[in-house]
Amino acid sequence: MPVTHHDILEGFAGKERRMLSRAITLAEREAPGFPGLYDALYAQVGTAARLGVTGPPGAGKSTLLSALIREYRAQDKDVAVVAVDPTSPFTGGALLGDRVRMQEHVLDPQVFIRSMATRGALGGFARRTHEVVDLVDAFGFDRILLETVGVGQSEHDILSEADLVLVVLHPGAGDSIQALKAGLTELADLFVINKADQKGADRLETDLREMLELRFRDHGKDVPILRTVATTGEGVSELLGKIESKLAEFGAQGELTRRRQDRRQAQVRRILEQQLHNQLFGSEAQSGRIRKEQLEDTSLPPYTQATNLLKELWGAKEHSE
Amino acid sequence: MSEQIRVLVAKPGLDGHDRGAKVVAAVLRDRGMEVIYTGLHQTPAQIAEAALQEDVDVVGLSIHSGAHMSLFPEIQRELKERGLEDVLVVGGGIIPEEDQKELESLGFGRLFGPGSPTAEIADYIETEIAARRAGEKT
Repeated sequence: MPVTHHDILEGFAGKERRMLSRAITLAEREAPGFPGLYDALYAQVGTAARLGVTGPPGAGKSTLLSALIREYRAQDKDVAVVAVDPTSPFTGGALLGDRVRMQEHVLDPQVFIRSMATRGALGGFARRTHEVVDLVDAFGFDRILLETVGVGQSEHDILSEADLVLVVLHPGAGDSIQALKAGLTELADLFVINKADQKGADRLETDLREMLELRFRDHGKDVPILRTVATTGEGVSELLGKIESKLAEFGAQGELTRRRQDRRQAQVRRILEQQLHNQLFGSEAQSGRIRKEQLEDTSLPPYTQATNLLKELWGAKEHSE
Repeated sequence: MSEQIRVLVAKPGLDGHDRGAKVVAAVLRDRGMEVIYTGLHQTPAQIAEAALQEDVDVVGLSIHSGAHMSLFPEIQRELKERGLEDVLVVGGGIIPEEDQKELESLGFGRLFGPGSPTAEIADYIETEIAARRAGEKT
């Protein structure tokens, strides 16, 4: 039976998890009515703290998240996880396996775990993630953990969705750390050396410290490095303590507000771009203002043609309205 | 608008044979579905709750322990309790033919025995979900 927006709004009020789950699907599908639903829930967004967690495959992110959930639950905080994995560009399919390590929390009514595939389009990645995380926030969780695979550039988008970014590494990761050094150091608010009982942890920490010193010597950004063994829980409560003190620090410095403002501005910009695109070229709901014949016309070179079209459009708009 | 089919692949009960489940998960992914893999030793309640949180169209169960006649109906009950009676439940593993028939009569989707061509499983899910979605819209 199809669920109506009314059902979803009531479901959010009554903390009905199935309705949160349905709402996330509508966001992912970019369903036609979703913008109205999102705006109706928007007043409830903004109470959760969002932690972005990234790192190379095999660093133990999911296991660490599971251990963090355990700690948060011990403090009676509600926790949601949004775990993002890449969609295959060839088939559009995805294998989402992050839940395997978090099974112990599945039946906890204060925990909600959702797996998301990136679904291809580069721009669409962050757009949907933003709205999905907002929905989870609006539902009323205290902490949202955003997990993403960090192997290249695509994680930048999702990490800009976080209030605090954790980069998880493990000893012996070798070359993947080289790549991370370039891409993720500036994003990291906190480093975690997981599997710290393995050989090479000291070396990794020394490398990280050197790298941080080089990079932040001048602006004095303090990026703590913590050690954990997620499988045994060692170091996890210290990590949670550090996460919470960083959040408090960011709050006091106005950094949280700044990040949230940035996110919101980026979101409105994305929506505008999308709407402008639809106005120009049309969508399912409306026909575009640029006509097919205008595009097919080859009498002018491309840049001149585009500039003229825009002039015509803006000009025409001013006259007609 | 993207309408990917989402499938939860789970192994209820105590047996530790997850090869079949993993193969099917990979096949469905290669067909363009989003497959959420949950691992071994799942209880019926865990499976139903994961299906709820992931908002899947399909739950695929793999079972080799012989306990299917108790586990499958229990999972169906847990799904129903959560308002998920519309989710298509399919199964695979060592399930005798008469049990397959009985389960299908209880409202389960198709059950696939050993040696079933994996493409057939993917075809079946695609066709069934397409029909259900078309029905929802009218």
